[in-house]
Amino acid sequence: MSIDYSEKIPNNVDLAGDRKLQRALESWQPNFLNWWKTMGPAVPTQDVYLRTAVDVGKEGWAQFGHVAMEEYRWGVFLSERGDDRRIAFGEQKGEPAWQQVPGEYRADLQRLIVIQGDTEPASVEQQRRLGETAPSLYDLRNLFQVNVEEGRHLWAMVYLLHAYFGRNGREEAEALLQRNSGDLDSPRILGAFNEETPDWLSFFMFTYFTDRDGKYQLGTLKESAFDPLSRTCEFMLKEEAHHMFVGTTGVDRVVGRTAELMREHDSDDIAPHGGIPLDVIQKYINFHYSVSLDLFGSERSTNAANYFTAGLKGRWQEERRKDDHLLTDDAAHVDVVRDGALTTDEVPALLALNHDLRNEYVKDCQSGLKRWNRVLEKAGVDRTLTLPHVGFNRQVGVFAGHHVTPVGELVGEDAWNAKADRWLPSEADKTHVRSLMRPVYEPGKIAGWIAPPSNGINGQPFEYEYVHLA
Amino acid sequence: MTTTSMSTTEAEPATAAAAPDTAETPAVSFDTSPEQYRHWVLDLSQAADTGVAWLRLDIAEDGGIVPGYELKMNSYDLGVDIELYDATQRLRFEHPEVRAVVVTSAKDRNFCAGANIRMLAQSSHPWKVNFCKFTNETRNGIEDATANSGQTWIAAVNGTAAGGGYELALACEQILLIDDNSSAVSLPEVPLLGVLPGTGGLTRVTDKRRVRKDRADVFATRPEGVRGKQAVEWKFVDETIPKRSWDETVTARAASAAAQSSRPADATGIALPPLQRDETADGIRYRYVSADFDRERGLVEITVLGPDGGVPESLARVHELGADFWPLAMTRELDDLVLRLRANELELGTWVLRTRGDVEDALAMERVIAEHSRDDWLVNEVRHYFKRVLKRLDVTSRSLIALIEPGSCFAGALLELALACDRQYMLDGTLDEEGSEQGDEAQIMLSDSNFGAFPMSNGLTRLASRFYGDDEHVEALRGEVGRRIEAREALDLGLVTDAPDDIDWDDEIRIMLEERASLSPDALTGMEANHRFVGPETMESRIFSRLTAWQNWIFVRPNASGPEGALRRYGTGRKAEFDRKRV
Repeated sequence: MSIDYSEKIPNNVDLAGDRKLQRALESWQPNFLNWWKTMGPAVPTQDVYLRTAVDVGKEGWAQFGHVAMEEYRWGVFLSERGDDRRIAFGEQKGEPAWQQVPGEYRADLQRLIVIQGDTEPASVEQQRRLGETAPSLYDLRNLFQVNVEEGRHLWAMVYLLHAYFGRNGREEAEALLQRNSGDLDSPRILGAFNEETPDWLSFFMFTYFTDRDGKYQLGTLKESAFDPLSRTCEFMLKEEAHHMFVGTTGVDRVVGRTAELMREHDSDDIAPHGGIPLDVIQKYINFHYSVSLDLFGSERSTNAANYFTAGLKGRWQEERRKDDHLLTDDAAHVDVVRDGALTTDEVPALLALNHDLRNEYVKDCQSGLKRWNRVLEKAGVDRTLTLPHVGFNRQVGVFAGHHVTPVGELVGEDAWNAKADRWLPSEADKTHVRSLMRPVYEPGKIAGWIAPPSNGINGQPFEYEYVHLA
Repeated sequence: MTTTSMSTTEAEPATAAAAPDTAETPAVSFDTSPEQYRHWVLDLSQAADTGVAWLRLDIAEDGGIVPGYELKMNSYDLGVDIELYDATQRLRFEHPEVRAVVVTSAKDRNFCAGANIRMLAQSSHPWKVNFCKFTNETRNGIEDATANSGQTWIAAVNGTAAGGGYELALACEQILLIDDNSSAVSLPEVPLLGVLPGTGGLTRVTDKRRVRKDRADVFATRPEGVRGKQAVEWKFVDETIPKRSWDETVTARAASAAAQSSRPADATGIALPPLQRDETADGIRYRYVSADFDRERGLVEITVLGPDGGVPESLARVHELGADFWPLAMTRELDDLVLRLRANELELGTWVLRTRGDVEDALAMERVIAEHSRDDWLVNEVRHYFKRVLKRLDVTSRSLIALIEPGSCFAGALLELALACDRQYMLDGTLDEEGSEQGDEAQIMLSDSNFGAFPMSNGLTRLASRFYGDDEHVEALRGEVGRRIEAREALDLGLVTDAPDDIDWDDEIRIMLEERASLSPDALTGMEANHRFVGPETMESRIFSRLTAWQNWIFVRPNASGPEGALRRYGTGRKAEFDRKRV
């Protein structure tokens, strides 16, 4: 099979001149397309108004137009950078960044890339059926945009595996398509990526909270001494920002519509009027926030410490930090549960890197809450949404096995379970949300549980025909 | 190994015994010849008539290979062993007329006191381990000469033989002990030094001489050893001989052993001239073997060249070529390289082995060996010598990686080099470099010699070890003899670890080597030694796998090498202080 590489696969990695990559992609690309057809979006479409990256520059990274999704041009892009990048942290700080995988770190780097890569197609699989209940063509288009870009992020990780990890890397790239979200025999690596995204509120929450975890993971990998990984992640972060935009504005619009209905009916109970009650939104926040926190791993982690010391994975905005970037003599405080109380322990800073990253994430999440509370305030609703305590509903790390309420009280298992339905979406809540999920495919129309967006895509109006259904 | 002079030695303050692991390792050369020996006298004056060579140990006290100790009481160090190894080789190649070798002492009432204790106490761990390994290999070579060269070694123990001295005797086919009511054989390492008789002693007592284990236990914990009647009854020696009839009886035993030899009459030996070697900081180059050091990556790239001339047209020509006969020349060079790298380049932890040459030429040369190793003494010696060098590779504590590339000649005997490696990588296709000619793809070839000519110390061929428990597959491989096997097929046949193609080759090899270099050297040594020797044990393999492994553990324990350990305290007049916990 011969492929016109620059046309079919936009790239800035000299694909046309790299036999190794060509050979790897020749066998991988058909499998990817096959995976997209069977595991990608279920709603049949003729074409979708999508953004395609054809270059890393200002002009190239966002080219809009209607494309048939299976003809989407998934490309391979690394941010352009100078050649003299130096390692910013760890034992090899100050040495030139690596342009090749050092054998010593092959296994660790491969593992990091595989875990990151595994999440990308997983979310496509999780969101596979969502198109069937899209609240508008605008939202349907955004879903597909997120999906193709998750696909591209998979490509980005696969590129690294293909280009730098030899045969082993090719096998791992293959396995990324063989594991599937929720598959009993061959599930995705991380638990959170095996849960179906059952409704659009979940989708917005997912893109807000879970994709934001992705942003922070990418941010640490962007610091990596392995330069190709660093440059890949930098470019991915650009696209990841759009996914979070979908989440942020999605929740904005749900909250806005809810406030509108509350005012209109002068009641908190807007379910009978086809809205999503504020309490339910809060419960969805509680759920998605807490499972996303689990993705940061244990608060104390020797793996994270080893990765840092070796230069594989840095901290969020490593280079802007004002310390020695070695951390061998520093200490940090991490949460612990001791004698029935929440407290903190001082531990070597190196062991607390997951905790450090999680704290950055929590701060970032707060800004969304502020934003949504402003929506409520503007609408004259005297209620606020909050983030639950970091210990709430956790399965990973120090809080796992403990029962912490959203306000941060440590209680017994029975007490916690008795109130679980008040804190997390109950069956009734989910049933109600699901009942609202009816597709609206008419241009310019929108479902009743969500407000229309204030702007369209790329200067187009809301009523623009973003998707041509088949 | 070990022991020295027992309680008879005079004790000097052990000042030299401080901080052994910071001791500089001096560069070791293995070059010597009988004219240069300082510690041995190779007496061939009667060889032409009687077929008996006399090898007399006469250690120069001031002739230590490194400063810091005196080689008293015929106690030895690596330098003494290097001469002994040279003697064994010359006896085999230069002296086909020798049919029996008598090892004895030129000193009065003292055969050999074993390894010098002060030397051991001041040596670093790697030095001790290397020294013991080389000593073991030389002793195995002595047994190999008895078994396969028609040169029966006889120990004429004309004085006390303690520790390594008795172990040297154990390597001989017969042990004759002078019966003077004082000369004894002993293994006093455990009671006196807190280490083992680790160069074959414990193993040969039970496995070769069939001493009962309880008696072996008594013997190895009794510093004075045994003598006279009991030594014979307990089978530690074959015979005790009164002083007055000593010379005559030893001569008679030697004559009788010589009479049974398979060595041809009227054969003429070949000379083993000094090796031509070009040494630089970055490598060693011989005629057929070269080694390039890559210190940054911690590896050495070894290339073995195939034969460069035609195949000798006759046996007479082989003899005429002598040390220039490619299989012998290459084997000598490889032997020397292995020894030098092991002793002098401790941080080059990975050896990457390649061959270069014509597959047909290599096989043609090998056919000469296969055809004549039974009827020609020299060809037979060459075969066994290559076998011994392969065994050296087997017990080398370095990661061995074979790279089989286009232009290589891993065929038959040379394929054993690849099979001795921990992994084999074979290039599938050719490396299509600009401007270079498109050559043939890499090929390997099996020959009959892969099925028995070069057994490992476990008694199995490298193929049988590789496919242990799958005799059918080994049998099936016989059907592949003489056929050129390319990479994919070699992979399918299980003869190589992996067969990356030209696109993957550089990356796969680079990453694999870097990954290897990042692992713990000690864990690698242990892992490799475990994987290399599968299945059955032999006396020889037990010496390396069991005796040596335990000895090397004991060497690093404080009870031996700590400041208060038995090895360091020996000869200071102070008693060792043991950590009494059994581990």
